[in-house]
Amino acid sequence: MRYSAFSIVRNALSGNVNWKPAWRQPDPKPFYDVIIVGGGGHGLATAYYLAKEFGVRNIAVLEKGYLGSGNVGRNTTIVRSNYMLPGNEPFYEFSMKLWEGLEQDLNYNAMLSQRGIINLYHNDGQRDAYIRRGNAMWMEGVPAELLDRAALKKLLPYLNFDHARFPIMGGLLQKRGGTARHDAVAWGFGRAADRHGVDLIQNCEVTGIRRENGLVTGVETSRGFIGCAKLGLAAAGNTSRVGQMADLKLPIESHVLQAFVTEGLKPAIDHVITYGAGHFYISQSDKGGLVFGAEIDGYNSYAQRGNLATVEHVMEEGVTMIPGLSRVRVLRSWGGVMDMSMDGSPIISRTPIDNLYLNAGWCYGGFKATPASGWCFAHLIAKNETHPAARFLRLDRFERGFPIDEHGAGPQPNLH
Amino acid sequence: MASLIPCPHCGVRPKEEFAIRGDASLVRPDPESSDETWNDYVHIRANPRGRYREHWQHVAGCRRWLVVERDTFTHEVFSVTDGSVRAWEIGR
Repeated sequence: MRYSAFSIVRNALSGNVNWKPAWRQPDPKPFYDVIIVGGGGHGLATAYYLAKEFGVRNIAVLEKGYLGSGNVGRNTTIVRSNYMLPGNEPFYEFSMKLWEGLEQDLNYNAMLSQRGIINLYHNDGQRDAYIRRGNAMWMEGVPAELLDRAALKKLLPYLNFDHARFPIMGGLLQKRGGTARHDAVAWGFGRAADRHGVDLIQNCEVTGIRRENGLVTGVETSRGFIGCAKLGLAAAGNTSRVGQMADLKLPIESHVLQAFVTEGLKPAIDHVITYGAGHFYISQSDKGGLVFGAEIDGYNSYAQRGNLATVEHVMEEGVTMIPGLSRVRVLRSWGGVMDMSMDGSPIISRTPIDNLYLNAGWCYGGFKATPASGWCFAHLIAKNETHPAARFLRLDRFERGFPIDEHGAGPQPNLH
Repeated sequence: MASLIPCPHCGVRPKEEFAIRGDASLVRPDPESSDETWNDYVHIRANPRGRYREHWQHVAGCRRWLVVERDTFTHEVFSVTDGSVRAWEIGR
């Protein structure tokens, strides 16, 4: 069923009893040409583009829980392409362009809202760094604007401009940045993939990867053995565990990141704002809740829950930036398991096993990359060659000495 | 994460007093080792879900480097030993 204004009216007039489920619930077939492990945003996007853009038929996505139960539904929904390094910026801009046409392509309302993202700066050095970043964006054809204090005061009057320790001097604006409704992105990709014949198999946990003569022949799962010609891993926080089944040596640690949402408010914050004196970011959802988060907790964790010291730190950062936040009540907080890579940048790559492909290392920035990650991973799996936008995101860049380290923090995941 | 860490020198202390460096199972290779050995040391991590040994420094206490063995899923802490004890065990 194609969604449209007409379909809403027609179903309303017939009592809304004729809506069909958005996707099938198929049993696994014995063999697929391509199996994707992980039914999150990236896995579903990969399956969708494999079927639609690269003409692959007979695809399955295996998900151990339900679709979108992992990080795609646990993030702060921010979409942007304001990176600096040449290995990253073209990739994220490719993603931004896909976002801009995504809802029409998927026939699904992902509530993309290009409200603008503003990174605040608090001292001269930081201003110079943002000028540099803005220029790096322009070099890739991505518009960026530097806002001074006066312009910022007009735009965001509620900020704490005259904080004694961290006064706000200005900000870098990417107008095309914004937010999208994260669950709808997973559901939209899932439904669109299903419409192209992809089998979305839920409650199906991969427990082993079977290999013969150095090639993958299929996966052992909680629903039996399923054969495949090519296997793609998009398991996010559990990448190391799945990779271990194929003896992959991976530059990844799993860390927990928390996010928060407040009670619903009338429209107050029109943009996505990030704090430069810490690592705090905030936006307001269409429902009215303020959605915000900060850094990872800083220790290896596979648990989808964080600790209170980080909660306190996040609240302090938020109130330092916007004093009015102290009056708002937080409704919920939650944690997600991040696949932190050693340089803070992602991996879309072949592996030492010829028909095994890896999509991992998204750290805490995977949501914005969902469409391009899916597209580039599908390109890699279908053609066995790297998409130009993802050509720097190789697994072997670490041993070859070509890390993509935006923060300049070195191989220490809890500092990225 | 457990809230209280039994430091072998200072007694039971809140975990906010500690800084976490990471995997304690890695041993710094000989400077003349191959690139592959160095890559394994600098970049490759076992990243287990379960028991894990980590280097922690008690920055707001004795400032000693410690080895904390804990579970990365349940966050249970099994043991906390001084780093030098661990180094002695692995023969360095």
